[in-house]
Amino acid sequence: MPFLELTHVSKGFGGPAVLSDINLSIERGEFVAIVGYSGSGKTTLISLIAGLQKPDTGTVKLNDLEITEPGPDRGIVFQNYSLLPWLTVTESIALSVDQVFPNHAPEKRAELVAKAVATVNLVDHAQKLPRQLSGGQRQRVSVARALAMDPQILLLDEPLSALDALTRATLQDEIERIWEADKKTVVLITNDVDEALLLADRIIPLTPGPGATLGESVTVTLARPRERKALNHNPEFKRLRALVTNQLLGYGARRRSTVTKKLILPDILPEDLDLPRTTRRRPLRPNEAKAEQITISA
Amino acid sequence: MKKFKLDWLILPLVGIGLIVVFWALSSVTWATNLPSPLKTWQASRDYVLEPFAKRGEMDQGILRFTWYSLILVAQGYALAIVIGTPIGFFLGLSKTFTKIFDPIIQILRPVSPLAWLPLGLVLFLNTGKQAGTFGALFTIAICSMWPTVLNTAVGVRAVPQDYLNVGRVLKLSRWKTLTKILIPATLPYMFTGFRLSLGIAWLVIVAAEMLTGRPGVGGFLWQEYNALIYEHIILSIVVIGLVGFVLDRLMSLLEARFKTA
Repeated sequence: MPFLELTHVSKGFGGPAVLSDINLSIERGEFVAIVGYSGSGKTTLISLIAGLQKPDTGTVKLNDLEITEPGPDRGIVFQNYSLLPWLTVTESIALSVDQVFPNHAPEKRAELVAKAVATVNLVDHAQKLPRQLSGGQRQRVSVARALAMDPQILLLDEPLSALDALTRATLQDEIERIWEADKKTVVLITNDVDEALLLADRIIPLTPGPGATLGESVTVTLARPRERKALNHNPEFKRLRALVTNQLLGYGARRRSTVTKKLILPDILPEDLDLPRTTRRRPLRPNEAKAEQITISA
Repeated sequence: MKKFKLDWLILPLVGIGLIVVFWALSSVTWATNLPSPLKTWQASRDYVLEPFAKRGEMDQGILRFTWYSLILVAQGYALAIVIGTPIGFFLGLSKTFTKIFDPIIQILRPVSPLAWLPLGLVLFLNTGKQAGTFGALFTIAICSMWPTVLNTAVGVRAVPQDYLNVGRVLKLSRWKTLTKILIPATLPYMFTGFRLSLGIAWLVIVAAEMLTGRPGVGGFLWQEYNALIYEHIILSIVVIGLVGFVLDRLMSLLEARFKTA
């Protein structure tokens, strides 16, 4: 029995469906990356798993129980951190811990908070407010906050997409290290194929929306721990990267769309300077808009 | 303009100087009933130099009067905040509540304190001698409440969905969501409302004292007008302005402290 299971899930927001007929099953302890174009409904997908939104049709089940509302068994790391600006690092994490483990003794809870802070290497910044932290540090707080709840599954919604390349690499390594430590089930949403290859056991491409659905999954057989430098020369890595990239690009080509756009030309018809001054007409205002068809290939 | 040493002090003094010159010229040319600056100072000296003296019910040092006014303002203002903040929260949280009460708020909001005061006196008529005090409190509270109500409502509506999602994932109780997320997120807006409310409360107190004849800086102003001591009108105006300015500064300091993010 799969740990997390989505069957025939679709979701729209009034208009055309953002996601349609999503089927996904994830085993316990698996690290799955869902890769897709921006705007293809990745965040909607994770909101459905988190229970922040309800599917229009189909069911989302965790441990064979249908998900109807958000809960601390599913830890979320939001794309934009979502830290409360008035809480320090410690306070932020303590809010989670106090809520999830109300029966623990205060010392035990403080210990859990301290452990979470240490896990993400923020001990020196424990008493800082989010505005005093860099983007990478903020995202670590967000990860620590999710981990401190000891969730059954960790949902990472493009956690690193707002960071610069170097910070990104550091945090990717850190996520791998943390995952290696307790092998939680993880769903990572990303638009970075390399990131997915570095971290995931399985990569599932999401076709572009509207009506996005999941493509065929690619199993990543690379041995762990995956060393970033070594990977660049690994033939299997190159093969998988080409495979996933081509799959995504294939969707892109299919998405090749025709856009009808109204081009409004400058509202004047220029005079012809080649004609002699006496015979040429003055500039005209034709008040005409010309419709043109442009084909854009993605 | 180029910056120079002490420009923050000298330039405002230049402005004040110009106004005093204009005042002095006016008092000798077109507004001959207007006391000159010098006469105003001579007539006000006792009130300013012995600011806490009490010579009679309506003949007291100017700061003593101001103190009476401030106490009344503080009471009315506290009432306004205690009533206005929850109303603001309800408006921000519930669409139904907004639909029911927003129109009436929009209608009551522009009503002048001068119109509320008689109603306040009538409401508390059976309290006898206290009617004036309660009426004034009622007027201050109802007039100064609106900025708090509206700013709080705007603040609550502006709380990012992300913050609320954090609470939903943690399954925070309603009370915890309120205290841990909604109130801290709304505080900056609330304090802007509090500051505007205090400004209005101070405006209203003068009008309320004038109509009820209570001892206070506004009551003093009206009494001295009736007693033809015009110098004291100017003294009162200056004091009312200065006190209002100081109150506003203090509130904006508080406001800046609570600016998050």
